[in-house]
Formats: sequence, C-alpha cells, structure tokens
Amino acid sequence: MPEAAVEVDGLVKRYGATTAVDGVTFVAPTGSMLALLGPNGAGKTTTVEICEGFRRADAGTVRVLGLDPARAGRRLRPRVGVMLQSGGVYPGARSGEMLRLVAAYAAHPLDPAMLLDRLGLASSARTPYRRLSGGQQQRLSLAMAVVGRPELVFLDEPTAGLDPQARRATWELLSALRADGVTVVLTTHYMEEAERLADHVVIVDAGRVVASGTPAELTRGGADRQLRFRAPPALELDRLVLALPVGSHASEVAPGQYVVEGTIDPQLLATVTAWCAAHGVLAEDLRVMQRSLEDVFLELTGRGLRS
Amino acid sequence: MTEPTAATTNGNGPAASGWAPGELAPRPGAAPLGRMLLAQAATELRLTFRNGEVVLLTLVIPVLLLVLFTAVPLVDVGGRRVDFLVPGVLALAVLSTSFTGLAIATGFERQYGVLKRLGATALPRGVLIAAKSLGVLAVEAVQAVLLVAVGLGLGWSPHGSVFAVAGLLVAGTAAFAGLGLLLAGTLKALTTLVTANFIYILLLVGGGVIFPLTSFPSGVRHVLGLLPVAALSDGLRAVLRQGAAVPVHDWVTLLVWAAVGLTAAARTFRWE
Repeated sequence: MPEAAVEVDGLVKRYGATTAVDGVTFVAPTGSMLALLGPNGAGKTTTVEICEGFRRADAGTVRVLGLDPARAGRRLRPRVGVMLQSGGVYPGARSGEMLRLVAAYAAHPLDPAMLLDRLGLASSARTPYRRLSGGQQQRLSLAMAVVGRPELVFLDEPTAGLDPQARRATWELLSALRADGVTVVLTTHYMEEAERLADHVVIVDAGRVVASGTPAELTRGGADRQLRFRAPPALELDRLVLALPVGSHASEVAPGQYVVEGTIDPQLLATVTAWCAAHGVLAEDLRVMQRSLEDVFLELTGRGLRS
Repeated sequence: MTEPTAATTNGNGPAASGWAPGELAPRPGAAPLGRMLLAQAATELRLTFRNGEVVLLTLVIPVLLLVLFTAVPLVDVGGRRVDFLVPGVLALAVLSTSFTGLAIATGFERQYGVLKRLGATALPRGVLIAAKSLGVLAVEAVQAVLLVAVGLGLGWSPHGSVFAVAGLLVAGTAAFAGLGLLLAGTLKALTTLVTANFIYILLLVGGGVIFPLTSFPSGVRHVLGLLPVAALSDGLRAVLRQGAAVPVHDWVTLLVWAAVGLTAAARTFRWE
C-alpha cells in the first residue's frame, strides 16, 4: 500500500478563460483525514472531482491509491467512496432502496439498514429521495459513499446545511472511519469542522493553496494565545503592561474590549486579575483563547471565510 | 456558528459514538457482475412501474386505443379492425417504452446526477446499459402479454412466426432506444420530456399505427413509410395478419435507424 493515499501536485484546471484550480499541491497520507478548506468557488469541488476521475486535469499530476484516476477508473472505483455535493439519486427511489442498490455493487458491503439507523435515517427508509429534507439527502449521500467499505472516501461538503444533531452524527461517522484506517478527504467551508476533525488542513482560496499543515501548525505563530475580557472603557493600562512579563502586550482593541497577548500562563492570569482587583474592576467574559483557523484565514486572504 | 453540543475528538482518539472499533474497517471490492446486473435491472424496473405517468403512457393508453378503435369504426383499415390494430398498437407500445419512456427517464437521471454518481461506483457502464436494456425488454414483455390478451378478447386471430415477431420487436426497440438516448444525452431533461412526448403523438398519428398509411397522399406515404414505427407496424402486420415473412425493406429500415441512432447516441451522449 502506498504511503500517500492521495497525491496532488501542481494541479491546474481551466474552464475557458477562468482558472478554477491554479497549481494546487497536497498529500493525504494513508489513514489520515485531510480537509480542503475554503470559501465557495475556491476550486475545492473541481480538485476533488479530478481526484474522483470525473474531470481531467489541464496540468499537474494526481495519484489516487498510487493510480491515475483518469486512466485507472475501473480499478479505483471499487476501492473509493464518493459523496457528491448534491444529487446522485433517482428522484423516485426510496432511501433504503437506493442504499441497498449501491451496497449491491460491493463485495462486502455494510448492512444498509444499520447504516441508515446510525445516521438517523431509519424512519425515512421508505421515503422517496425527492421528499427527503436537504439534511436527510446529505446523510443518504454520505451513506452511499461508505456502504461499500472503501479504503478512501472523497466527501464534498458532507455537513453543509446540516442541523447540529445531524452534523454530530456525520462527525462521529467521519471520526470512526478515520479511526478504522479509512483515508478521508473532505471539502468544507466550516473552520470548526476542519479544526476539530482533520489531521491536515489545506486552505484554498481562488484556486491556490494559501496555507497547509496540521490545525496546530496553522494556528501557531503570531501570538500563541490570547486573553480577552470586557471591562469599563478607557482603563489605564500602563501599570498592567509594566506588571506583565517581557514579550506580553495589553491593549484595548475596542471600547471596553481588552486583549492580552503573549505566553498566557497561570502567573500571567493572576497578574491580570490582581491588576483588576487593584483598580476595582470586575473583568467580565474573561477568556483564554487559541488563535483559530478563522484568524489564520483572515490574515492570509484579508477577508472572512463566509463573507 | 451552529455548533454541535458534544465535542468530537480531533480524530486521534476514539470518538464518542456508537461505532465499534473496526466496524468501518476497509474491505473494498466489486460484487460479481451478475449480482450488479440483477440489482440494477430490478431497481430500474421497480422505479418504472412506480411512476404513474409511465404506466399511463406504456400500458393504459395503448390498451385504450386498441379497445376504442376496435369498437368504433373510425377508420377504414381494409379488413377486420382488430387484426390491423393489434400489430400497430404493439409497435406503439414498443415506441412508448423504448423511445419516450427511456428518453424521459434517462434525461432526468442525467439532470439529477444519477448517471454521474453511478459512474463513480463499481458498476461498469456496460452493466448499467445492459440493466437498462433488460428493464426496457421486461416492460415490453408485460405490454405484449397485456395487448395480446386484450386483442384475443376482442376477437383477434394472429398468424405467423413468433420468432419473426420477437425479432421485429427487438429491432424496433434498438432503433427507438438509439433515438431516445440521442435526445436524452444531449438535451435538457425538460426539453427531452416535451420533445419525446411530441414525437410520440406525431408518430401515433402519422406512423401507420392506427391510421393506415394508405390514407395519406402517395408522396407523403413513402416518406412516412421510412419512419421506424411505420416499418415496425408494417412488418408486424405482414407477419401477424397474413402469416407472411417480414418484408426486407422493413428489416432494412429498422436496422439502419438502429445503427444510425445508437452510433449517434454513443458519440454525443453526455453523462452529466
């Protein structure tokens, strides 16, 4: 088994004058979970669909399980599970019927009834696809991707539009897949999803990779952590800054919103609260925060992910 | 942001979920082709008969036309009406399934991404096409049994070789299916739906199915005679009415349409 389940190197895809994917490179090691994170239109779906063999690359190389998906589709398809962003089911087919059909393509499928049950679809097993809610359609599509017990799955926006309970069921399935050694490549525009689930995050914007690494690597750098609190505006911070260790920094980022950056340890926290007590200030909403992927994305692209 | 209430681990520890370790361990592999073929054909057949419009088009309308035009002397067919009508309505039934029904279903499967999605499974395209063919032939078998039973009930007296009839029905199916897939593979689903229904009605009137081609002026008649549905009903009548062999020109017409239609469909079909 090759060490990398998916290797994409310098991938380029153009549609007419538009370059949808512009030199994307990443590697998903076997048994890991990789998230392609980026806003709509970043080129995530095009990248994944080239890996799935639906589209041809204009330049660059793609290796899936060591094979070229454009040529070795027949050999790859039984080993790879695919979840499209939408559609893919006969509109008149019942969910149970459709899942059993896809299961019938596989030599050793999971039990379709069990899978429906775990994904909260047991009660709609006899409901035609076109009458399922968007979230139910999403989960059926996910079930279709995994029912054949693939060693690699490509999931395009697996939790888009799901309610919190359905999203949790999906996250549990994704974590269990990874724990059982299935390589998972997913696209998402939810920061939190990438941060919580993925071993590797590839941030894509306008067809290019703007950053990649583990969530920890991506959120490191700059201030390690932040301490934030609310208090009356225009407090005198000089004494606080003097009391803080060298390299730390305190500021009022907005009226009444205070941020302390630096190595946030228990000692520093005590210093801040002591300063508050000395000034008769009750710090509200006092929180120690990690730099989030959202912050990273904002720094790299100059805009929010969902703007 | 909408957040699940329970945290999921960062993939490195056991998830707090109902999945037992190893339950999802990979065990990839394709099922035997025969099992895929049967599952696919059975599903397609179930979906076909679940669709009320399809049942109307393929079963109800042909039977109604057969009964109505046999009972009421609306057209002079030069002989017993039921002997003229059963072969014509059989041809119409084949048209409704292998052209109109197939085109509409395939058009919507394309639009809804079904063909794309199935293309990403272990199901080979050849098996998908074989399953669709089996599904079409199975629907036609149901139609044939029903129309023959109704025809016999109306006093129809068939002649000729069963094999010649079966051969004609298969050749007609190939000709219509090629044209239906040509529409479905290139046009939008809704355009396919309208076009396929419109052609069905045109051929119902002008294809020698219910109204004999002899009722048209001779110039028009010769052109209409080149239509696949006209060749099919003419061939079926030659066998079933007179017990004769299938006229060569009917075979040639059907096979040329089949070759042209299937080749054009194969060249132009877009799977998504």
